[in-house]
Amino acid sequence: MNLALKDIRHGLFRFVLTCFGLGLLMTVVLAMIGIYNGLVSDALAVVKAPAADVWVVEAGTQGPFAEASAIPVNTRDAVARMPGVAEAGAITYQTVEANHAGKTLRLYVIGYETGRPGGPSEIVAGRGLGTSHFELVADRKTGLAVGDTIRLGRDRFHVVGLVEDAMNSGGDPAVFMTLSDAMTLQTTLDPAASRVQAARGTDAVKSASVAAVIARVEPGADVDLLTATVRQWKHLAALTQAEQEQLLLASVVDRARRQIGLFLGILLSVSAVVIALIIYTMTMEKLKQIATLKLIGAPDRTIIGLIVQQALILGASGWGIGLTLILLVKDDFPRRVVLEPFNALVLAGIIFVVCLVASGLGVHAALKVDPATALGS
Amino acid sequence: MALGDILIDVQGVAKHYGEGETRVDALRHVDLQVHAGEVIALLGPSGSGKTTLLNVIGCIVGPSSGRVELDGEPVFDAKWLRGNLRKLRLDKVGFIFQAHNLLPFLTAEENVSLVLDLAGWPRAKGRERARELLDYLEVGHRAPVKPALLSGGEAQRVAIARALANSPRIILADEPTAALDSKRAQLVMDLLRKLAAEQEACIVTVTHDEKIFDRFDRLIHLRDGRLSDA
Repeated sequence: MNLALKDIRHGLFRFVLTCFGLGLLMTVVLAMIGIYNGLVSDALAVVKAPAADVWVVEAGTQGPFAEASAIPVNTRDAVARMPGVAEAGAITYQTVEANHAGKTLRLYVIGYETGRPGGPSEIVAGRGLGTSHFELVADRKTGLAVGDTIRLGRDRFHVVGLVEDAMNSGGDPAVFMTLSDAMTLQTTLDPAASRVQAARGTDAVKSASVAAVIARVEPGADVDLLTATVRQWKHLAALTQAEQEQLLLASVVDRARRQIGLFLGILLSVSAVVIALIIYTMTMEKLKQIATLKLIGAPDRTIIGLIVQQALILGASGWGIGLTLILLVKDDFPRRVVLEPFNALVLAGIIFVVCLVASGLGVHAALKVDPATALGS
Repeated sequence: MALGDILIDVQGVAKHYGEGETRVDALRHVDLQVHAGEVIALLGPSGSGKTTLLNVIGCIVGPSSGRVELDGEPVFDAKWLRGNLRKLRLDKVGFIFQAHNLLPFLTAEENVSLVLDLAGWPRAKGRERARELLDYLEVGHRAPVKPALLSGGEAQRVAIARALANSPRIILADEPTAALDSKRAQLVMDLLRKLAAEQEACIVTVTHDEKIFDRFDRLIHLRDGRLSDA
């Protein structure tokens, strides 16, 4: 006879309610884990997307993500000609705000040379950029659809394709456009500002600089040697892909990452205390029944089984409810929630250990109870 | 009445709690023998040591000194660990409580068959035996009902069925009729007497209920931890 299940069935509503409460707590824990992963993943997404081996940026900077970087656009030709370089492309990054369908969109504009590194990795709807002007490939999170048009700067752009999971470290969704469009967007002034500049007798800002040049190397080429060679050019700096990723994590998202990590630690501690408290309270409420069980001759293993099984069922149910809820709502979060099976398994392991430790407290109290407690009224 | 085997043999048992100025002598050199088929009552004012004696006989607390034998087997020797005492209780002792103390999450039938489950009976046989006992105690029709839905009398009869499930030869009852009206109290005592005779068991009851005194073979008075037959 499984006493744990019988007891659960007896107070099913209360038990389910407790499991649901615990499940909500687990949802928050899983959400925090997902947000933490999402932050790291988002931050790296923009660096990983071009699948570059070397980043050539302005000398004395750690651009283009940790610091601003501007290098001449023709740097690309110089890099492309270096031994060991398979292909190279110039790239720009900028954040703009635009109105669309009555909403203000904050967009991370990536300008790249079509047919060269730096473009979107996979088009999930529509097509890639086909013409040199006024076309966009947007991340789904922008809310734009294929066929939409949106005004950026002084020009209207047609959305021709969609991608997923392309954003900057701040979570702003990316739009891809040709390098020339991006450079125009970067330098073209608002008409009023342009008139002021003309009145002052100066031309509108013109620039032929890009944020970085990225390069893919040929198989077997020495990336470190290549970056060392680039660094010999006094006006340029070079970073390997690994250095760029490390730099991004260490400088741009480090504080946010540690903040969320610390909060996650606190949340897990609170969850552990709550689970322990629930299980301990459940046991304390049953002390008289446990005394009766002892009196009629139930061995310790029956009593331990009753407490530990209930604790594990509670923990497993809370985990299951939490996982189900977060999977249902994760796409509604404003920032990306990335949950790996490994995360869910680690949380299951933590809950298992917490439940065992918490039931240990209950078991200790139960084994101490005097069977004589069952006698008398 | 012809006396059967000695089922409870308490020799020179003393039990005290605390030491020095806080020492309380709950039992002082108590000798008691209870035979098979006997139904005895432990009487005495509050604090006289009735419950302590019941606890010692029921292997719940050990004596400070003296010797206890249940069904010819000495207990509380060095070899008796907590687990052994619990097994002994399971095999030889049945308890009936003042408040029936049925487990609220089990049905009447499950409360009875639990004891058999713990004793290692096959589940089907245990359920069959539980049904038999409940039928015998005229609460068979309430077998699938949880204790919260039983009347006081029904719950007490289910508790008696549980105490008898493993056919113990020693039944200890703590105020078994306290929650019952006088008619039901008489019926319960008649039932216990009948069971004691049929199963060659002995029954030791703590009670204050004078209306049922005539149902006992012996009334044993306890005062300040000392014992006297009446």
